[in-house]
Amino acid sequence: MFLFRVKRTVKLGIKSLWMHRMRSILTTLGIIFGVSSVIAMLAIGEGASKHAQEQIAKMGSQNIIIKSVKPPEDQEATGQQQSLLEYGLTYSDAERFRNSIPEVEVVVPNRILSKKVWYRNRRIDTTVIGTVPWYPELAPIELKMGRFISSVDTHYTQGICVVDEMVVDKLFVFDYPLGQDVKIGSDYYRVVGVVSPYESKSNGNNLNNGASSGQTQSQEGTNVGRIYIPLTTVRNRFGEISIQISGSSGANAERVELQEIIVKAGNIGKVLPTRDIIDTLLDRFHKKADYQITIPIALLKQAKESARIFSIVLGSIAAISLLVGGIGIMNIMLATVSERTREIGIRRALGAKKRDIMLQFLSETLLLTLIGGISGIILGVVMPLLVTHFANMPTVITVYSLVLAFGISATIGVMFGMYPAYRAANMDPIESLRHE
Amino acid sequence: MDKSEEAMQQVAENGKLNKDMPILSMKKLSKNYLLGEVEVHALREINLAIQEGEYIAIMGPSGSGKSTLLNMIGCLDHPSSGSYYLGGEDVSLLDDNRLSLIRGERIGFIFQSFNLINQLNVVENIEVSMYYQGIAERASFKRAKELAELVGLGERLHHRPFELSGGQQQRVAIARALANDPLIILADEPTGNLDSESGTDILVILDRLHKEGKTLISVTHDERIASHAERVIHLFDGKISKQEDQRV
Repeated sequence: MFLFRVKRTVKLGIKSLWMHRMRSILTTLGIIFGVSSVIAMLAIGEGASKHAQEQIAKMGSQNIIIKSVKPPEDQEATGQQQSLLEYGLTYSDAERFRNSIPEVEVVVPNRILSKKVWYRNRRIDTTVIGTVPWYPELAPIELKMGRFISSVDTHYTQGICVVDEMVVDKLFVFDYPLGQDVKIGSDYYRVVGVVSPYESKSNGNNLNNGASSGQTQSQEGTNVGRIYIPLTTVRNRFGEISIQISGSSGANAERVELQEIIVKAGNIGKVLPTRDIIDTLLDRFHKKADYQITIPIALLKQAKESARIFSIVLGSIAAISLLVGGIGIMNIMLATVSERTREIGIRRALGAKKRDIMLQFLSETLLLTLIGGISGIILGVVMPLLVTHFANMPTVITVYSLVLAFGISATIGVMFGMYPAYRAANMDPIESLRHE
Repeated sequence: MDKSEEAMQQVAENGKLNKDMPILSMKKLSKNYLLGEVEVHALREINLAIQEGEYIAIMGPSGSGKSTLLNMIGCLDHPSSGSYYLGGEDVSLLDDNRLSLIRGERIGFIFQSFNLINQLNVVENIEVSMYYQGIAERASFKRAKELAELVGLGERLHHRPFELSGGQQQRVAIARALANDPLIILADEPTGNLDSESGTDILVILDRLHKEGKTLISVTHDERIASHAERVIHLFDGKISKQEDQRV
């Protein structure tokens, strides 16, 4: 009986809506755009946040990254000419981390330099990383060909290098990279391995820069790819003093032992305490604030928080447009009710109860919103795909956003359908029959 | 012991309506309403009894209370005082829901302007009143088709009202009025919007229904309808001024 009524009511509703096709379509447009924008915006927000989180996770959630930073007081005093500026992390720092903090599993000291690399007559600016054999344990790189730096290389300060795929693309256009010699500075290095790029091209660099600071940022900014060389070799061949010639103030000499130390804690829970221990330890041995500690999981929290805010903002804009769509529907339904006053009168005379009239108009509104909701979902699923395809932005459509959008549209249907339906049901049958 | 209990008892005893008992009876029924600040006495203490199978014409000048009486008979309005028994049940005090049900079940309306629903075709229009009585789709379709054939529209089941002539529309309305097999068929100027030829068709159908034993009440100006009726009730100033029995 109940199902029978529902079926008939829906049939009747479809008939009435079909009578005014154009009007019905225009009315549902509000809901269609509302629902699809909720879904699309949430998908874009979700995509951006997921991408950021992936990037951060790549940096290693168990990692603690300590970077050398030019101390602030010296930054102001760069005017002093030809002074040798000594700052930053040292080999003893790395040694201390390894020996005195039990939570620390892996310690990777890195020297990071910006260099020109030659292969035959090709030249690129690149980032040279002097590192240790166990670097891949905590860095987001993957061995593609050959091998990484070995402890033998480190021990004998071998002139070998491992390049990443971006360097391969630029330097070895036609040649097989393994076994070739590249020239960095005044020395030649034999390529023994190829690894995947450190970060993806687009957002990766930004993020990396956000995490790092000051000089490394400007150094790595325009460089293409990375070349890994044994730490001992870098130390031997390039020394620790770098001279920068800047326009007005002349030359500046800096002595930095290590640009970066990456520490891996035993597990995620130990990251924060370990960070504090490192901070205390460094504070004790460094007179100046010449280091900066970054933990990706803190960035992750930040990214999650900003993604949440992003979603709320986008979601509210979309919800407002849904609301506007709902009001549009109510408007049209009120017009429909007054236009069909006579029909209401006829139906009442033929035995329709108030409830029957109420249900009839409510079901029409619901049908409109549901049709709008479903079309909106379809459009909302297509739009992010287009965004991904054309704007190259990652998007993630969550089931939750579909349910949310559909739920809101249905709720709006009931909410804004209620009043017109109530008006229709409470019309006086005699008056409505007389209505022209 | 008031009248409604009496009537109910009677219904209970016989299991169905007593043949001699009026199908419709009004006792001292009055209707007043406010028009602005003025109280209008549309009906004043009407006493009326109609037997099953009668063919009644209600006539009177405009403002005589015809429409109000029609609304009252059709259970569209509540009386201000007095009682109204329809099929042995006092309907003057029923609530809106009950009244709606009674309208659908016991009254078949025929209107001057046909009042078909435009988005529905012939069969669907006939089905409307059955729908609100909860009659199953298949049964209601079958009955609607039979009724359409009865009024000579068997060929036009799926036409919409605007594709039909006035006379055809009124025939659909008659079929619709018959759908629930009501106690009374209540017509409001059924020929008022029709040319004389179509009007005659309608009169023929009404006559036929009367011969089949249906109770017909028609509010009209049309002398032709009045001449077909068995009894003519003249209303003037909210009162029954004259009743003519025309039975031969």
